[in-house]
Amino acid sequence: MLGGYVIITVSFLYLSILFAIAYYGDRRADQRRSIIASPYIFALSIAVYATAWTFYGSVGRAASSGVSFLPIYLGPTLTFILGWFLIRKIIRISKVNRITSIADFVASRYGKSSFLGGLVTIIAVVGIMPYISLQLKAISTSFAVLQHYPDIVMPAKLGSTPVLQDTALYVAVIMAAFAILFGTRHIDASERHEGMVAAIAFESVVKLFAFLAVGLFVTFGIYGGFGEVFSRAATDPALARLFTLEAAGGYTSWISLTLVSMAAIVLLPRQFQVLVVENVDERHIKKAIWLFPVYMLLINIFVLPIAFGGLLHFPGNTVDADTFVLTVPMAEHFWTIALFAFIGGLSAATGMIIVETIALATMVSNDLVMPLLLRFGRLHLSERKDLSGLMLAIRRSAIIFVILLGYAYVRLIGESYALVSIGLMSFVAAAQFAPAILGGILWKGATRLGAMAGMSAGFLVWIYTLLLPSFARSGWISESFVQDGPWGLALFSPYALLGLSGLDHIAHALFWTMVINVGLYAAVSLMTTQTMIERSQAVQFVDIFKQPSEGARIWRGTATIGDLRRLSNRFIGETLTDQALQRFERDRGRRLDDAHAADADIVHYAERQLAGAIGAASARIMIASVLREEMHDIDEVMQILDEASQLVVYSRQLEEKSRQLEAATAELRAANERLKELDKMKDDFVSTISHEFRTPLTSIRSFSEIVHDNPDIPVEQRKMFLGTIVQETERLTRLVNDILDLAKMQAGQTDWQLARIEPRKVIDNALAATAGLFAKNPRIKLECRVAEDLPRILVDADRITQVLVNLISNAVKFCDKDHGLITIMARAEAGSVLVSVHDNGVGIAREDHKKIFERFRQAGDTLIGKPQGTGLGLPISVHILERFGGTIWVESELGKGATFFVRIPSAELSHLATAAREVT
Amino acid sequence: MPQSVLVVDDEANILLSLEFLMKKAGYEVRLARDGEEALAEIGKARPDLVLLDVMMPKRNGFDVCEAIRANPEWRPVRVILLTAKGRDIEREKGLALGADDYITKPFSTREVVERVTAWIGPAK
Repeated sequence: MLGGYVIITVSFLYLSILFAIAYYGDRRADQRRSIIASPYIFALSIAVYATAWTFYGSVGRAASSGVSFLPIYLGPTLTFILGWFLIRKIIRISKVNRITSIADFVASRYGKSSFLGGLVTIIAVVGIMPYISLQLKAISTSFAVLQHYPDIVMPAKLGSTPVLQDTALYVAVIMAAFAILFGTRHIDASERHEGMVAAIAFESVVKLFAFLAVGLFVTFGIYGGFGEVFSRAATDPALARLFTLEAAGGYTSWISLTLVSMAAIVLLPRQFQVLVVENVDERHIKKAIWLFPVYMLLINIFVLPIAFGGLLHFPGNTVDADTFVLTVPMAEHFWTIALFAFIGGLSAATGMIIVETIALATMVSNDLVMPLLLRFGRLHLSERKDLSGLMLAIRRSAIIFVILLGYAYVRLIGESYALVSIGLMSFVAAAQFAPAILGGILWKGATRLGAMAGMSAGFLVWIYTLLLPSFARSGWISESFVQDGPWGLALFSPYALLGLSGLDHIAHALFWTMVINVGLYAAVSLMTTQTMIERSQAVQFVDIFKQPSEGARIWRGTATIGDLRRLSNRFIGETLTDQALQRFERDRGRRLDDAHAADADIVHYAERQLAGAIGAASARIMIASVLREEMHDIDEVMQILDEASQLVVYSRQLEEKSRQLEAATAELRAANERLKELDKMKDDFVSTISHEFRTPLTSIRSFSEIVHDNPDIPVEQRKMFLGTIVQETERLTRLVNDILDLAKMQAGQTDWQLARIEPRKVIDNALAATAGLFAKNPRIKLECRVAEDLPRILVDADRITQVLVNLISNAVKFCDKDHGLITIMARAEAGSVLVSVHDNGVGIAREDHKKIFERFRQAGDTLIGKPQGTGLGLPISVHILERFGGTIWVESELGKGATFFVRIPSAELSHLATAAREVT
Repeated sequence: MPQSVLVVDDEANILLSLEFLMKKAGYEVRLARDGEEALAEIGKARPDLVLLDVMMPKRNGFDVCEAIRANPEWRPVRVILLTAKGRDIEREKGLALGADDYITKPFSTREVVERVTAWIGPAK
């Protein structure tokens, strides 16, 4: 009733539907009316993760070890929930860099290394081989089982069937044909396959419904719902143990399976293809975060019921648990359900094989074969105009090769492994990309050599701990290799490396591959340095979100002649551009339409025109930015980078110059401020001088006029007024003298009469000159204490006397009016003479201590009444003392009087100082 | 009762000459040696006119002028500023602060008397 022909016909019918959808999807894509631009389609296409392994294998796994099938679905869910931003980053990087595969991604990150791309490709092809074989095995087994409907007959061992009678071979051939049809009908510039994605999304719906149908049939058709299935399983002693976690392999097993699946959902070549390369809009990630886990949940709900149903139905291991999805409906004689289940399994396997082989074929052609061919100069490939035919041939061969490799593995390994165990090997292989990719997008310091070392070492350990044992187990290598280690060296036993035992094979292999991979990746990265192109790529990858979003521009399409015209306008102006393009039209005898796509001829021409204006390297970059083309030629890239590094040098020099300029500007600004300040000081000085002159002049004029206009005023009064006039005239004279004095000193035009004199004499002179003041103010007492043995000083005696007179008259002016006391002291101190004049007046506020030595800066405002004098006495004193190498300063506090100190170096000291000045 | 004039200056000799001139013109004269004293005198009895030096210790002439104008009771008081700096900007500032007139030192004695008379009239 369900003969081989029926099954084959239905299968081909189904595959034709898939192909029709793909064809339609491609057509729509060509018309730029995408049918996959939806987050739902995106999420469903990611469900290509659920393969025949999920469809048949999960039940098989559940039947042997309970819930241990779950981590495979928990991992991806965790990745989506916890790592969505990493996925988004990978997508953004891939869009911006027009990444076409996971190999391309790794190669691009580590300095566009073609060697690394090839390495990833080889790891992927070898690592995925068991996974593809799993699909072939599942299809052929399910076909063989269903063929005998309604009898349940387990198929003979594959290895024992002659190759030409082996269903798996025909399945492989058919799959290869379909993959070629789906993925390599033509070469797409962006390596995107919209039709394929649409078909995959449809396929995901079919396998989900098929599995749900079987699940519902078993749970509710045969039994009375979940409760009955579970309670019956729980009462069966053989089944009860499946409810425990020990059955599921313990925690290490759970954790390692979860981790490895977390990586697999992104890093398996086909997952990278649908998740990253085929992604239409990175915002779709947001919906996929929950849509995909929901899909995973739905397809897992009935795994346990079906497994229990199968175990209850077929006690005693007579039927392979991996076939329960098929055999339980068969046993119940529901051929429709069984056939639907077969289509679901076929669907799951087909989807996986198509996407996986297309992804691998792209890698093989772009990252392995083409770089080799291009490097092989004698083929002159780089000069050939159209390489697409060659590319297609390479890819088709790659698809056939990959599938046949999978088939070969099935033949070799045969029945010795369950579906899930085979698939997990591939997961661990794919996990070898994780350090290089995760590190690549998060750590700028990761180097090409680090990635190379980590990945290749991890891969070798994978071969040793998983691939070789699988050959041994199926008898192709001696069993003792696994049991006792190579040549009996137990330390190197592939399942217990360095004595690490107690883990299941997958956890063991994952542990060692990751230790070696991550360790070497980090260590070698830290020890090696990056080349310039590596560094620039590293920065671009890690900082992708910090850059202005150039990506949008880059992947939007190809350039038009209008684009070139606008670019050219920007650099050489409209007139020149128009002339250049007209010349091109005349020379080539063709019309240029701005809306038309630019071809190589015009691009080359435009680039040359631009190069004349901005240099060859920059023109190359500008044209490339408009064309969104990739630069394949490493030499060219390096040349551009060299010129760019020169630019960096220039720009550093420019920066340095501008820094110097800034510093100079700052200096100028400061000088300007200083000038303004000086200008204001000059204004203040002039205005103060004006005031100082006008004040005595006012009195003189007033009294003169009064005396003149009032001949009748009493004689006494007249005398007094005339006295005032004389007094104010004297004041004016003093002021003029002081100002001239100061001006001369400042100009260095003073005559100094230097002589070695006794300090005592100067003090006596000063006291004699001020005796009149004390006579006028009898309430002020004077104390004078001059030491005996003062050294002589080399000074102008009159000038020093002037300083002391000034200090003494100031003291008289400011000391206490009723109990005035002025103390003059002189003593020798460290080769100098120190003279101090103390008064017991109001004192000088600390903030005024400096001010009073400036011109016209009497601390008058703080004093009662306006002090007499010109306000120039102290500034003049400062100048005089400076001339003789002395100093003058004040010590005082408000209310405690003031002491002015004058220090004059002894004649010997002055002499030495002068001598020293002359020597130097 | 003659009009009263308050003369404010920190220079004793200038005070003396102005006192003589104002008394001779027939006005009642009071004297102050700085800004604070001036405001105290005005507070005691409102003068008809203040001859006010600008550059003084403590509160300067501008300050005093401002204080006078700030008190509504003192609105009728005429203020003539005396300054020895003689810059236009001082003049502008003084007038802006509410001074009525402005005399630059050294001044002509006749002019001072004429200006005072112009503002408050001849002594009664």
